[in-house]
Amino acid sequence: MNSTKINYGVTALSWLVALLISFPLIWMGLMSFKSDFNAIHNPFDFSLWTLESYTAVFRDQAYFLYLLNSVVTAVGSTLLAMALALPAAWSLTFTPSPNRSGIMIWILSTKMMPAIGILMPVFLIYNKLRLLDTQLGLVLMVAAGNLPIIIWMLFSYFKDIPFEIIEAARMDGVSVRKEIFSFLLPLAAPGLASTALLSVILAWNESFWTLNLSGANAAPLSAFIASFSSPQGLFWARLSAASCLSVIPILIFGWLCQRHLVRGLTFGAVK
Amino acid sequence: MLAPAMAFLGIFSFLPLAFTLIFSVLRYRLLIPHIPSFCNLQNFFRLFTDSQFLESVGNTAEIVFVVILLSLVGGLALAFMLNHEIAGKRLVRMLVISPFFIIPTVGALIWKNLLLDPAGGVFSIILKQFGLSPVDTFAVMPMAMIILIVVWQWLPFATLILLTSLQSLDTDQLEAAGLDGAKGFDCLLHITLPHLMRPITIVILMELLYLMAIFAEILVTTAGGPGSATTNLTYYIYSKALLEFNVGTAAAAGLLAVVLANGITFVMTKHIKRSVGL
Repeated sequence: MNSTKINYGVTALSWLVALLISFPLIWMGLMSFKSDFNAIHNPFDFSLWTLESYTAVFRDQAYFLYLLNSVVTAVGSTLLAMALALPAAWSLTFTPSPNRSGIMIWILSTKMMPAIGILMPVFLIYNKLRLLDTQLGLVLMVAAGNLPIIIWMLFSYFKDIPFEIIEAARMDGVSVRKEIFSFLLPLAAPGLASTALLSVILAWNESFWTLNLSGANAAPLSAFIASFSSPQGLFWARLSAASCLSVIPILIFGWLCQRHLVRGLTFGAVK
Repeated sequence: MLAPAMAFLGIFSFLPLAFTLIFSVLRYRLLIPHIPSFCNLQNFFRLFTDSQFLESVGNTAEIVFVVILLSLVGGLALAFMLNHEIAGKRLVRMLVISPFFIIPTVGALIWKNLLLDPAGGVFSIILKQFGLSPVDTFAVMPMAMIILIVVWQWLPFATLILLTSLQSLDTDQLEAAGLDGAKGFDCLLHITLPHLMRPITIVILMELLYLMAIFAEILVTTAGGPGSATTNLTYYIYSKALLEFNVGTAAAAGLLAVVLANGITFVMTKHIKRSVGL
């Protein structure tokens, strides 16, 4: 294991593979700077670039509604899930009860249940409660979907905090409130941030509940993009531009916290 | 302090599941005006004689098996490759894992239109340059195309997890083994691979759960067709539920999906418990 010498053969191969894997995204970026006509008829002529697809997307008032819906769903579900998960993870870590492992597994099992198994009742209940095609309805469902991952991830960060610090605080007679806000949260801040980021990423990309529970009013970007699948639409450049705008913020988040994501996605089993 | 979170999860998962359980033994269709009535296990019998349902189970198994195999083998190869000293390492890693962060509907539509479309897709244009005639791949081999898209999304996941795990491997151990005269292959067999067994298991189990539930990619590309060639279990239930509004049948099939996933979950929790140290 020579850790300092750059291996040029492997470098070349890696770049080749990396470009192949990301080619669809690079191509999407290139096509977004074309007109819809040229995206289909002259895809390789890069002198014909234009911003008209982006202006077309922005001119469509509806785009901002979808964007807003995505932001509300992602941020709202993250805030809600974090608010529920923080006390839960605190309690699981620092006031352990004999059946902690059972509770943790129960929480995990709700995530493992396939969403399709409850689609019909959720749809009917939402219909009754007038939650279909509302931002609130999506926020609730998406938060419920991500909550188990968030609790587990927070738990795995809290566990890394030396228990002595918390114990010392308790010996000093610090209140629970103060224990959480003055000791736990600052110590776990990086973990909290990456947990929230993972939650935003997962909520933004959620494409089951958004497609099934939202329509013209509450559809976020994931459902909006799906409307480009209609056969009469040959708006490839516009599809590319709208897609680029929809994925770039999340792509950046993903790059920023890749290592932490592994912890969240594997329930702390791989760090 | 646990109660709010657990109540929330209960309401949004076990309460609907209880309804699924009840619906599954009812004759209950929304498009025909009637009062839902108890029908014993008829919904289940109907499922097992429905060739479309059986085909969807087969299709689900095919997607799950092939995608796990390809993403695992590819992910291992990529992880070992990216674990070397590479010029521009960070950028290469970012490019490789990017597809995992893309909204599924976006990824699927980019593949279907920009890349694979028989008229204007980039691959058909390249084929034409070589004097070959482009094929409508989604008509000729729809399942292979779905699998291609899903592998593209999940290969980065496997790579990211396995690479992270490789990097957490204690290099001292490898160096000590090297000093003791162990050859590269021995190190791989006795140190690296055992170290990777747990992440490999986790990747398989996580992918099992997610791949069973593939939905958006099918909805925006083939809508389960042609015929029911790309209808998986999830898409089948969706079409029973929200296209035919056959509540009873959808619930019965949904229940089977839950039972199936439970089997996997059981194995999974055992592994997770052990690795997290609960």
